[in-house]
Amino acid sequence: MQTQLAIDVRIYGEQLDSIPQDLYIPPDALEVYLEAFEGPLDLLLYLIRKHNLDILDIPMAELTRQYMDYVEKMRSSKLELAADYLLMSAMLIEIKSRMLLPKPADIEQEEDPRAELVRRLMEYEAIKLAGQRLDEMPQVGQEIAVAHAYFEQIAVAGPPSISFEDLMTAWQSVLQRASHFQHHRVGRAELSVREHMSLVLRRLQRDGMVEFMALFDVVNDGLPKLVVYFLAILELAREGLVKITQQASFSPIYLQAQER
Amino acid sequence: MLQEPLNTAQMKQILEAALLTAGQPLSLDELLRPFDGRMERATLRMLLDELKTDWQQRSMELVQVASGWRFQARPDFSPYLSRINPERQQRYSRAAMETLAIIAYRQPVTRGDIEEIRGVAVNPNIMRQLMERNWIDVVGQRDVPGRPSLYATTKTFLDDLNLRSLSELPAMENFSQQDILFEPPSAE
Repeated sequence: MQTQLAIDVRIYGEQLDSIPQDLYIPPDALEVYLEAFEGPLDLLLYLIRKHNLDILDIPMAELTRQYMDYVEKMRSSKLELAADYLLMSAMLIEIKSRMLLPKPADIEQEEDPRAELVRRLMEYEAIKLAGQRLDEMPQVGQEIAVAHAYFEQIAVAGPPSISFEDLMTAWQSVLQRASHFQHHRVGRAELSVREHMSLVLRRLQRDGMVEFMALFDVVNDGLPKLVVYFLAILELAREGLVKITQQASFSPIYLQAQER
Repeated sequence: MLQEPLNTAQMKQILEAALLTAGQPLSLDELLRPFDGRMERATLRMLLDELKTDWQQRSMELVQVASGWRFQARPDFSPYLSRINPERQQRYSRAAMETLAIIAYRQPVTRGDIEEIRGVAVNPNIMRQLMERNWIDVVGQRDVPGRPSLYATTKTFLDDLNLRSLSELPAMENFSQQDILFEPPSAE
């Protein structure tokens, strides 16, 4: 069989005696191969490797003929032929013709017309092998299974980023200071927490960031009013309307309106 | 709740729990976080090495990849594990792998560079596929007319192939330019 012979044959080697000049390509084989080629370079490489041609000394006439055969068959089998294949045909013919031209004696060391093609073929072959190598490597999601034990991330609590103790301490000191200004009051004041929530919010709207202590008017407001203020702040924090922050333990606590 | 200060065994357990639940590689910086600034990087490295040794006889191994450290099943188990979900995601086409290889070995490259090497137009679907997998991304523009995007591989690409750096990629069977010798036509 010719195919068997093709493996042993070296076109520019010794065993040339019994080889047919025209390497036979079964026409049916074509349809199978067409899809497999990744472009003209791939097809050329295939032809070179299949027929054991020396990539560093490509017989241009032979290669061009075989390439054109394939391209011609691709066209006749109604496959949409990428322009890249036709461009390569033109390039092969150009190289072939340049090699046929007699070289002017005065031009020394003219580059082999095949040099660029060979460079591209080798670069492409290296990449093709590298692609295969990459594909064979174990991948996460295929061969590599990454540990992923279940762990329920507990949601970080809402807006106040200070501890309850801190707020308590601050409140205690408000009470303490208020006790210095105790008055005896007669009468009943209806104090609404929601109303004070609005007061605090309005204050925060106006002043931006307000220090916790500064919200309380310990001199003028009585204890009930201070309590309502404190409740209003807690309620605002609970509803996520204010942000309460503290840089470090025992440093001032700041309030600011939560940005929506 | 563990009582601080922690002893070595406890610190190792915290690292272990963090790595086992992460589902992705954790960097040294991320692994330092549970200790709230009370651990030196050198200590962390030492503990990770110990942890790696501790797990040597187990089904999972602690490995280092580009983005950090992760636990993964030993390769011996992969044929068995793959039977759990037989329909895994498909491998990429040859064209995609060649495109990826060009980006991996020749980065940063433009579409034009890829077309030059492969000899065919770049299929936009392949680029999209690789971008969606987060294996490649745009790292800049080449300063030529049209300012084409320059593509490079990402840390995720290295992670997913179990690599720490690009230098660990399989060596390319590259014929260097010097190997391509042409007999200059003799002038005489």
